[in-house]
Amino acid sequence: MASKSADKRFTKDHEWVVLDGDIATVGITDHAQEQLGDLVHVELPALERSVAEGEACAVVESVKAASDVYSPLAGKVVEINETIVEDPSIVNSDAEGEGWFFRIELDDPEAFEALLDQDAYDEYLETL
Amino acid sequence: MTEGGRPASIPLAAWAQNVETFVAQNALPDDPTPVPLNTLPLDDWHRRHGARMVPFAGYSMPVQYDLSGDLADRCRGGVMAEHLHTRRAAGLFDVSHMGQAFLTGTGVADALERLVPADIAGLKPGRQRYTMLTNEAGGIIDDLLVTKLADNRLFLVVNASRKEVDFRHLAANLPEDIQVEPQEDRALLALQGPAAAAVVGRLSPEAAMLPFLGFTTVRIFDILCHVSRLGYTGEDGFEISVPVGDVEELADTLVAHPEVVPIGLGARDSLRLEAGLCLYGNDLDELTSPIEAGLTWTIGKRRKLSWDFPGGSLMRDQLDHGATRIRVGIRPDGRAPARAQTTIVAADGTEAGTVTSGGFGPSLNAPIAMGYVRRDLAADGTKLSLIVRGKTIPATVVPLPFVPHRYVR
Repeated sequence: MASKSADKRFTKDHEWVVLDGDIATVGITDHAQEQLGDLVHVELPALERSVAEGEACAVVESVKAASDVYSPLAGKVVEINETIVEDPSIVNSDAEGEGWFFRIELDDPEAFEALLDQDAYDEYLETL
Repeated sequence: MTEGGRPASIPLAAWAQNVETFVAQNALPDDPTPVPLNTLPLDDWHRRHGARMVPFAGYSMPVQYDLSGDLADRCRGGVMAEHLHTRRAAGLFDVSHMGQAFLTGTGVADALERLVPADIAGLKPGRQRYTMLTNEAGGIIDDLLVTKLADNRLFLVVNASRKEVDFRHLAANLPEDIQVEPQEDRALLALQGPAAAAVVGRLSPEAAMLPFLGFTTVRIFDILCHVSRLGYTGEDGFEISVPVGDVEELADTLVAHPEVVPIGLGARDSLRLEAGLCLYGNDLDELTSPIEAGLTWTIGKRRKLSWDFPGGSLMRDQLDHGATRIRVGIRPDGRAPARAQTTIVAADGTEAGTVTSGGFGPSLNAPIAMGYVRRDLAADGTKLSLIVRGKTIPATVVPLPFVPHRYVR
């Protein structure tokens, strides 16, 4: 389950990001999966795809509706988590761990610092 | 058919801030949710049981539950679990938003037959029929359940989103000596699932003996209950109409049985879709006829001798010459659901029609949809394509329902 982590960053669109070198791992937050409910379908971006910051590049569908997932940062998709395509319920059970969506090689790793940290994201959730 | 224009997907942020969005999208495009919302008599009860409330048809309604305590041991809550629980045991649905009314007066059955295609005069007291208020263009003003209580008294249950339209239509078109009496002070609970009869039987053996589409009035403890054997899930089940002041006691009484948990609108929709049942505003509307909708079976045999109801001659024409479009079941390949408004394309690339209800069927663990397609594409097994977020998804026309009905016989 979600662990409080100093080097995990967030967006107001409810994505999380962890950085390892210039490779960012992206998923949707536990709050997002909780609000969405039971996920039944996930669509991930193609490998090698270049994505802009804020570009819709994945889709999650619950029993009743589809939602876009945005790339929190600009870069190139270098890995996707096929496991959640086969079993979307992993996103419900471990959104901020095994339920990661894709990895991107960042154009500008420093842009990571501009994202919300855990405290800022938690504060943001309080305002919703 | 409803008007288009709904986006294929919505931003995750919109979801997280406002999970309501998806049900609001299901409301009629010409029927914006009024503010403030009406609250159900069980509003507090739902919130106490962990409901997430969303606007639907002008009401704040439970869409799903985060169950706790004993109820959580029975079902973890959420659309998927609530759906499967209903198919496995019994689910309690608050459908108090629906419109209930008595029609009273001498010759009331003959009078209502001027507005609906069903055989109402031939109904025996204590029996019910599914029918539609139709317009002169052969379209459907609403679908509804009619119960004959006595020769001079009928009981109607209509859709929440249409009750004002319906009651106005009835008052304007029935003879003056027929009284339309909306029952604003009655609530309505549905108990659905294979265990529903056993649960009801412990409270009222008489109610549990009802045949399918049978109606009786019984006392459960001290509560006067109008009980019907029917539902909107494809399962055996009951709808129980009670005075608003008694509904909380009845709800508590029902969930005290170990088979029962409360079920939200989310599962109600996936259950009815698997059962191939129409949702007014999605699958039925004023531009869609009962023939196109595959509801020809609701037209009474005797009524087909004279077709003397609104739109009757147009419907006869559609039956004789074939409707240009027909409601069908659709199974998309893969796991991506095709939602309402999805465009359907024929194998030769021509436009085939539109999905009117679509989503994920938890009992089938696969996406399912209903939609209207050209008559030449309506045969079971016909290969079609669905355009979902710009991608072409292969799909097949299949018979309805997706999950066999298990009504009591």
